[in-house]
Amino acid sequence: MDISTAVFYLIAIITVGSAAVVAFSRNIIYSAFSLLGTFAGVAGLYVFLGADFVAAVQVLIYVGGILVLILFAVMLTHRITDVEITNRAAGRLPGLLVVAVFLVLLIQTIRETPWVKAKEVVHQPTTARIGDLFLENYLLPFELASLVLLAAMIGAVVLSRKEIKE
Amino acid sequence: MVFSPNELTSYLIIGAVLFSLGLLCVLTRRNAISVLMGVELILNSANINYVAFSHFGSGNLDGQIYAMFVIMLAAAEAAVGLAIVLAIFQLFHTIDVEAAETLRE
Repeated sequence: MDISTAVFYLIAIITVGSAAVVAFSRNIIYSAFSLLGTFAGVAGLYVFLGADFVAAVQVLIYVGGILVLILFAVMLTHRITDVEITNRAAGRLPGLLVVAVFLVLLIQTIRETPWVKAKEVVHQPTTARIGDLFLENYLLPFELASLVLLAAMIGAVVLSRKEIKE
Repeated sequence: MVFSPNELTSYLIIGAVLFSLGLLCVLTRRNAISVLMGVELILNSANINYVAFSHFGSGNLDGQIYAMFVIMLAAAEAAVGLAIVLAIFQLFHTIDVEAAETLRE
């Protein structure tokens, strides 16, 4: 087993293991922090897939933005001391059963489908080509995305401000 | 089937496992923030599939562009979702999704 395969195994284990902690931990703080492992592991997978720019965006937006937002929400909505009641789960057994059956079906499908594969897989820098695509083929979605972000920002500000009752 | 960095199926299986764990979060958690964490896991698994197909399949970058749009929408979703959670917390003083079943006081 060469070194890149070993690193791939390590990243896969970190990703799936942290996701399992997110799903099963009884303490919401542990859940929130182990999201860090999942997001970083997914960024590592992007590097293996030759998507350098997407990996950087993943680290910047997920780890730097969304994770911090989730941690803020956890801290603002909980009395941190009662960890026992903060992260309850209901109907865990039926849920586990349904998800297990679903996962088996998914993996069965993945293994039996004859995937088309490109003849040779090349690794090369993608940032410049992504920039070109954003400003040529995907210009309209790109501009719409800025509108969506503006709307989301205004919506978040309006929703989370304190109502001052007269 | 071998599980190696050069196989498409290994990435798809990691994506499937992440999706299942996220689905479990969404289905069983009663804490609204945990439900949102499950949604983030599901979006990440979809992104892995996009980038993996883009890498192994066509070789062009459309999959990566879509992954970028998904990341952008996930940021918007997280901001609005967590703002709603904070508003529910101010109204009901809990974020248990079963306690907050009405939209008014």
